[in-house]
Amino acid sequence: MVEWTDSEREYINTIFSTLDYDDIGPKALARCLIVYPWTQRYFGGFGNLYNADAIMANPMIAAHGTKILHGMDRALKNMDDIKNTYATLSELHSEKLHVDPDNFRLLADCLTVVIAGKMTVKEFTPDMQAAWRKFLSVVVSALGRQYH
Amino acid sequence: MTLSAKDKAAVKGFMSKMKSRSEEIGAETLSRMLVVYPQTKSYFAHWPDLAPGSAPVREHGVIFINGVYEAADKIDDLKNGLLTLSELHAFMLRVDPVNFKIFIHCMLVVLAMLFPEDFTPQVHLAVDKFLAQVALALAEKYR
Repeated sequence: MVEWTDSEREYINTIFSTLDYDDIGPKALARCLIVYPWTQRYFGGFGNLYNADAIMANPMIAAHGTKILHGMDRALKNMDDIKNTYATLSELHSEKLHVDPDNFRLLADCLTVVIAGKMTVKEFTPDMQAAWRKFLSVVVSALGRQYH
Repeated sequence: MTLSAKDKAAVKGFMSKMKSRSEEIGAETLSRMLVVYPQTKSYFAHWPDLAPGSAPVREHGVIFINGVYEAADKIDDLKNGLLTLSELHAFMLRVDPVNFKIFIHCMLVVLAMLFPEDFTPQVHLAVDKFLAQVALALAEKYR
């Protein structure tokens, strides 16, 4: 089981409380699709992904970005058992969506960059970044757990 | 993942913006790397102070960033341009190349914070591609 210190919990809750899901979600997913274009393989049915501008303006991608971020809510609300909270979601990504789990790490990195972009170096301190990274690695690991 | 002319232009353009805040970028990147990825501290055990913003961290941050600028100047032939740096990392420092990726991620996070308007997805892509090529060039002499 993952151990969280009080300050780690506080940092992670603080980040989520400042998040505008409808802004950050779409930006993070769009950035992932732009910076790591091979991730577009999972979005064949999502309309125009022809170039960066098209991706950033794509409403289906935006909606999906928001959805992903709301999915992380569940991890936030169940920080002491993210592993089991995400069991079904992990199965879904493995059995139905067939997403290479390395993509979770890529999206997590883009999410961090987008969140950082909304803060100053004094707000997103190294300690806060460390807590956030720990949270994301637990999420990424839980999502990859049911793959076989 | 070769750098296109557009990538190179984007990198050079952004580097010129970075130059006004080099010290800050270097210090923040290194500080964060040591805190967020504590295993990287293993390469700096001989420093008296590894705390974020400490003197050794700030001094070394500048060295790192100047290395990045040097690479940008040699963007048309990174492999040959960075041979000496590669030899340094391969034979003297012997830094496991996995750490290059870690450093790069920390730098991207810092760039996003310091240049919120300029660090667009397109610039992020070009800079990430460039830094990945730099990492490859640095690892050239390893084996």
